[in-house]
Amino acid sequence: MAVMTAVRAPAGPMLARQTLAEFLKLWRVPAFTATSLFLPVMFYAFIGIGQSSQVVAPHVTFGAYFLASMAVYSVANVMIFSFGISVATERGMKMDVLMRATPMPPLVYLLSKSITAIVFAALTLVILFPFAYIAGGVRLDAEQWLTLAYRVLLGSIPFIALGFAIGYLSGPNSAVAVINLIYLPTAFASGLFFPKQLLPDFIQRISPYLPLHFFGQLGWDAIGAPTDETVTADWLYLAAYGAVFFVIALWAYRREESRKFS
Amino acid sequence: MAPAAELVDAVKRYGEIEALKGVNLRIDLGEVVAMLGPNGAGKTTSISLLLGLRKPTSGKALLFGLDPKDLSARSRVGVMLQESGIPAMLKVSEIVDLFRSYYPRPMERDRAIAMAGLQEKSGALVKELSGGQRQRLYFALAVCGDPEVLFLDEPTVGMDVEGRRSFIERIAEFAQMGRTVVLTTHYLEEADQLAKRVIVIDRGLVIADASPKEIKSKVAGKRMRFTAATLSDMDLDGLPVSSSTIADHTVQLLTNQPEAVLRELFRRGVEISDLEVSGADLEDAFISLTSHKATE
Repeated sequence: MAVMTAVRAPAGPMLARQTLAEFLKLWRVPAFTATSLFLPVMFYAFIGIGQSSQVVAPHVTFGAYFLASMAVYSVANVMIFSFGISVATERGMKMDVLMRATPMPPLVYLLSKSITAIVFAALTLVILFPFAYIAGGVRLDAEQWLTLAYRVLLGSIPFIALGFAIGYLSGPNSAVAVINLIYLPTAFASGLFFPKQLLPDFIQRISPYLPLHFFGQLGWDAIGAPTDETVTADWLYLAAYGAVFFVIALWAYRREESRKFS
Repeated sequence: MAPAAELVDAVKRYGEIEALKGVNLRIDLGEVVAMLGPNGAGKTTSISLLLGLRKPTSGKALLFGLDPKDLSARSRVGVMLQESGIPAMLKVSEIVDLFRSYYPRPMERDRAIAMAGLQEKSGALVKELSGGQRQRLYFALAVCGDPEVLFLDEPTVGMDVEGRRSFIERIAEFAQMGRTVVLTTHYLEEADQLAKRVIVIDRGLVIADASPKEIKSKVAGKRMRFTAATLSDMDLDGLPVSSSTIADHTVQLLTNQPEAVLRELFRRGVEISDLEVSGADLEDAFISLTSHKATE
């Protein structure tokens, strides 16, 4: 008979297929594409445009400042939602069981979802930036546009781990609620929607420790606004949060593993 | 050469429940095997161990002599599971391509889709498929990697008679390519049509492992049900009956020889009414098979 050696499928094409599938799965859900791609633009239209030219700091208009806020908000939003909800839904539908019986390595699954989330995050910027330029009259240096883009994309990675953790810890029906309960309040508390000075006192005291606070500062610094910490400190705090989220995600994944697959 | 799939003294406990109580079975390449048993007998648990979806509490599960979690063992196996979901928003062709990419030597996409009889639905989204079509899509996903071994856990569950018949033909077509097929089923006739070997599992143990013909001869084929005003267990003594229950003057019997039973009852002067004779379903058959065991 033919020699059947221990052959496995090449990982590259597998990752490409898996990523395409993950992308299409999200792309074809209007509720997801609408909230992740157009909600930030809508927020920008409601809040940002009216007072766009108002100067909030030397050489910084509110339009630019709020653009950075919404870039951070929308990118983290995609990470948490695309990961959290899709992982929770797939667990609910027992999709993970069939996947696990196939020779696809779990790492391919994880990477494909991460790549998809980053692509979606980039898409939100592709919509948000021109909108702010045209409708909000935001004018930045080329370098500032680029810095903002790469910082929010890179800084969003810890939130992938957070979404992953939520996806494994919450049920398919509760994931949306859990995410909104965690994400929206911290987005407000981190000053992404209006200045922190307007927040209640006790929230102002929590605020400087929130992951979105550091993420927000990376965005605001990119467009030239003053921030509390240095950029390096922001990255370090964010990386530390990322590590914590990752450990929680891994723990949740293992917990699931021992419940369902042992 | 290592067998395609093997369980060695496999025990599986879920908390208090002992789903498998020490199962030994060995399936060689090229075999077509049906695992038969009532609900909760341990069929799905056996398959889960062989696929590495569950770990045996003690004993061993092997795929091609390897740990079933080993991806190179899994690369040789196609799977159709009960109750597993697939993304609703992908097209049939897309998800078949996705699953093909998991395997080192997949078959052509169109061939896999044709083997499942889904040519017309190739461009449809998964969510647009009917229950039966979805079941066939699972089959396409199981065969698209051109696996050496195909595991099918209750593949025809929820299908109507016609759907089941054509589905069995598709499985047979795959088996004719010289591949190993392991399927679990409730239906004796499916096992009969497909398999050369039937493994009967009951309450976590293999109680029979033989050809379908041998199994059937052990199993009571008919269920008799009638009403008798005066009947005691004594009246049934010596009848060719594998099990009986009497409740409120209603008597239920399992037997291979309903005519002989009736003749004997009449001879003994038992008055009966409301007689029904029907083909025993598998649950009945297992009752008779297990009680045979007990009396042997």
